[in-house]
Amino acid sequence: MYARLVGEELAQRAAGPLLFLHRRVDVGLNEAVEVEDADGRVRLGRIAALDTETITVEMLDDTAGLALAGTRVRFFGEPLRFHVGPGLLGRIFNGIGQPLDGGPPLPAARAYRVDGLPIKPSAREAPSEFLETGFTAIDLLNSLVRGQKLPLFSGGGLPHDRIAVDIACHARLPGGRAREQDFAIVFAGIGIPHDSAELFRSEMERSGALARTVLFLNLASDSSAQRLLAPRFALTAAEYLAFSEGKDVLVILTDLTNYGEALREVSASRAEVPSRKGYPGYMYSDLATLYERAGRIRGRPGSLTQLPILTMPNDDITHPIPDLTGYITEGQIVLDRDLHRRDIYPPVRVLPSLSRLMKDGTGKGRTDADHPALAAQLYAAYARTQQTRLLASVVGEEGLSAVDRSYLAFGEAFEGDLVHQDEARSLAESLEAGWGVLRGLPRAELHRLSDAQIAAHLGA
Amino acid sequence: MSTATTTWINGPVLRARPDGTFRLREAVAVGPQRLLGEVIRIARDEIVVQVYEDTSGLRPGTPVEGRGQLLSVRLGPGLLGRIFDGLLRPLGDPADPYVTPGLGEGSASTFYFRPLCTPGDALAAGQPLGEIGLVEGAVQQCLAPPDLVPGTVAEVAGAGEYRDDEVICRVRTANGASRDLTMCHEWPVRLPRPVAARLPSDEPMVTGQRIIDCLFPIARGGTGAIPGGFGTGKTVLLETVAKWCAADVIVYVGCGERGNEMAGLLGEFVELVDPRSGRPLLERTVVIANTSNMPVSAREASIYTGITVAEYFRDQGLDVTLMADSTSRWAEALREVSGRLGELPGEAGYPAYLSSRLADFYERAARVRTLAGNQGAVTVLGAVSPPSGDFSEPVTNHTRRYVGCLWVLDAQRAQARFYPAIHPLQSYSLAATGLARWWHGQGCTRWEGLRRRFLTLIEEQARLERMARIIGRDAMPERQRLTLLCAQLVEQAFLRQSAFSPIDRYATPARQAVMMRLIGRFIDGAEALLAQGVAPERLAALPVFRALMRMGEEIAEGDWERFSELDQALTAGLRELESGAADGAGAAAPPAAG
Ligand SMILES: Nc1ncnc2c1ncn2[C@@H]1O[C@H](COP(=O)(O)OP(=O)(O)OP(=O)(O)O)[C@@H](O)[C@H]1O
Ligand SMILES: [Mg+2]
Repeated sequence: MYARLVGEELAQRAAGPLLFLHRRVDVGLNEAVEVEDADGRVRLGRIAALDTETITVEMLDDTAGLALAGTRVRFFGEPLRFHVGPGLLGRIFNGIGQPLDGGPPLPAARAYRVDGLPIKPSAREAPSEFLETGFTAIDLLNSLVRGQKLPLFSGGGLPHDRIAVDIACHARLPGGRAREQDFAIVFAGIGIPHDSAELFRSEMERSGALARTVLFLNLASDSSAQRLLAPRFALTAAEYLAFSEGKDVLVILTDLTNYGEALREVSASRAEVPSRKGYPGYMYSDLATLYERAGRIRGRPGSLTQLPILTMPNDDITHPIPDLTGYITEGQIVLDRDLHRRDIYPPVRVLPSLSRLMKDGTGKGRTDADHPALAAQLYAAYARTQQTRLLASVVGEEGLSAVDRSYLAFGEAFEGDLVHQDEARSLAESLEAGWGVLRGLPRAELHRLSDAQIAAHLGA
Repeated sequence: MSTATTTWINGPVLRARPDGTFRLREAVAVGPQRLLGEVIRIARDEIVVQVYEDTSGLRPGTPVEGRGQLLSVRLGPGLLGRIFDGLLRPLGDPADPYVTPGLGEGSASTFYFRPLCTPGDALAAGQPLGEIGLVEGAVQQCLAPPDLVPGTVAEVAGAGEYRDDEVICRVRTANGASRDLTMCHEWPVRLPRPVAARLPSDEPMVTGQRIIDCLFPIARGGTGAIPGGFGTGKTVLLETVAKWCAADVIVYVGCGERGNEMAGLLGEFVELVDPRSGRPLLERTVVIANTSNMPVSAREASIYTGITVAEYFRDQGLDVTLMADSTSRWAEALREVSGRLGELPGEAGYPAYLSSRLADFYERAARVRTLAGNQGAVTVLGAVSPPSGDFSEPVTNHTRRYVGCLWVLDAQRAQARFYPAIHPLQSYSLAATGLARWWHGQGCTRWEGLRRRFLTLIEEQARLERMARIIGRDAMPERQRLTLLCAQLVEQAFLRQSAFSPIDRYATPARQAVMMRLIGRFIDGAEALLAQGVAPERLAALPVFRALMRMGEEIAEGDWERFSELDQALTAGLRELESGAADGAGAAAPPAAG
């Protein structure tokens, strides 16, 4: 970006992330600034409030070490933008879009606002094309569609990184529409350890997908204020790839919990009235400005699919970060510590998991005519299994009826043979696994299936 | 017009030094892009303005211009079948896929107008002066605006095509002035439109959802709220009701929710056909969308915009249903603006006036006699999204006090994919008793008896399941096992209804009544058999039991033949067990040798 105005000796006062300037220049709300201190260090900021005397700048960077004397402020006269262009794939950037890989700056074909613009609902194309991930717990039970936002609700120590890598490497449209070259991956590491970032990079390299991946890394050791920007830069790049270059883009954002923490920190330093657990009342709207950037636009070829990852503090799904995320995203895949302990991979806790767009991407003409009924039946049976397990834990297995005992066996098969998998499955294999575990239940229990479905798939 | 100069700006709120008078709640245009705003506070030398669009680039010195009227929307014939933002500006223009600040009012369109009055006629507020449109069944009334001072018609246009901003009628009012009327008029969103009288309601607003219509019905002009955690089915339920309910007009307010949902709804409503009129559902629908990433302040206004539009159609003597998804996002928008104004926060940070705002909103639902003497109704359904699914939070709590029906969504049911996940023991309807007569009129004479029966069964089921957890199901006496079986039938065969099943997505009152009766017959028969010593498990093993369990999915609307076959199969099945019981008495003795 190019500065429109430069001001010197404007800085009056700094408090936390806020810097107060004399209003000697005519600038507008939300415009980007760069503050260069006497040591030559440059920090990004944004004009957060204005009155006749003062400009309040919110620094989007660590302010430790900032002095007032000798600072120069460059005003851009417009909101923060990211210059993107061809050659984005294969590159690595920091959280504010500066190359980390020693490569050349990008040829700036377009400059997009990093905050994005809301897509008109009437201009959206409703997502409805099934995306195969290779995981039965997702493909069969919680299908992902092109342009959906489907988060992984995980916990510390659970294999969410590995799942994300597996999905990134496997993701494909069914029917073998060989469009691998059109499939791009944007990875935003938000406050993650160096190891996680490195695991992702090396895995993508190993699978040969690095050349169609862009990484934005804000590591745990980097400025926490920049955590708020890293996903925005990443999504801006993704939007360019999807809607200007026409690619199908899968965006992996990890870890949104760090994002929420950074948001809370900034809000506290502005002395705002907090809502639940100290998080600001606007966290819902703020998260929505990230998640709602997924989707498809009518008349344009590409798509932006989001796979955000968050670690639930204390494995608590009611914590504000997963809770508000669940209210915005189109479902969630919940990971479970017990299943993980039992070496079930992926350790997906099926009951609280949900894909809301599944109904649009499955069924006749999309996956298999009986897919929705099969998924509904599996859910109903597994829910009944959980009740039965509760019962068994009190009265013991002997106290159960034969039907109840068949549910216990079903539960074991469901977790061990259906959820668990040693290698990726195609959709057809996932469907077969589904019918397979149902065979153990009495036919009379299968209320969610029609007689015809039972006859066709389970025999008499 | 008054003007003011911005002195301070922070997010969507600005302060300005006025030159001239501003009124509270007056609409203003801010800056060169003429962003829409509203005056929310006034002092002698300062006004506070809430801006409904992205305020990037505004600065001290930016001019603010008063519009001389309260924040209003333009109501007219061009609303149906379209999508608008929270302030009723069309969102349809496909040229630009993004919402950008300074959205315009949209251009005028042309409609066929036919006068119903002639010069010299008296004309008062809310009286019809003409009809708009030619399509049979989709003709709209053109009413005199509710704020018209009574007078006589001086001139009126002849039948023909006119632009909706063209003068079609001139009225000489009693106070000697004259007023030009077009097919459209402006109305302030926060002001309820006047009516001749509010009427009691003794008729249900049929939704087509069995658990609602039969267990927790809503009256025409009534109010209902749907609290539920994320993913429990609020949106799907509202959309399903919007598709199939017995209303003339649907106003769907997407307030702070997902863009893809709105896109999906638009797409579906174009394709689906209204079973009542045979025309695409979209033609009876107005969509107002402020998705979660659109400006927060407009979210607050969108609820009022929606209900004003609903009242506009009600005044034409129509039955209107408004859905607001989600009122919690609206309350949060109130909270956010209140915070920026530095108001004292109350419970969970919400302003102290949250409760009265909710009351004002639900109070605008009613069945009425319109100024023109017709009957119309606005029924209001609101989703509530409690944080952490905790129903003790302020928005759920206050809403509960003002609505006539509460349909509580249960996370456990939703997880078992049991939809709609309305919890029958936590939900209620204050209207139920008053609506029994209507059901009798539909030929369901045992309605209240069966309704009570179903509810009692489910209540007992909850109690017995707790017991089963201690002693095991098999150890329970037969009578209790039968209760569990009957409750299971009520739940699976009647309450469960998938919104995505082409056959079962809605049920007419006639189909609901048949299903209710069949289940009632099974229960009666089963109890009689139990008295004769037939174990519940033998009933469950009857093929007709499975057929009953699946009748919703399998027997379509109007297929009365299959229902009567099922009825006969039920009679036969019960009789078979009965004779078996009679034989069984003999069979208890050792079989005769040979
Ligand atoms: N009546 C129903 N029939 C079939 N499926 C349903 C029904 N209700 C809900 N579902 C399923 O549950 C999912 C979630 O429902 P929905 O989107 O309505 O939840 P919600 O309560 O609106 O959540 P949020 O508060 O996050 O918006 C749907 O995508 C659908 O798969
Ligand atoms: Mg919803």
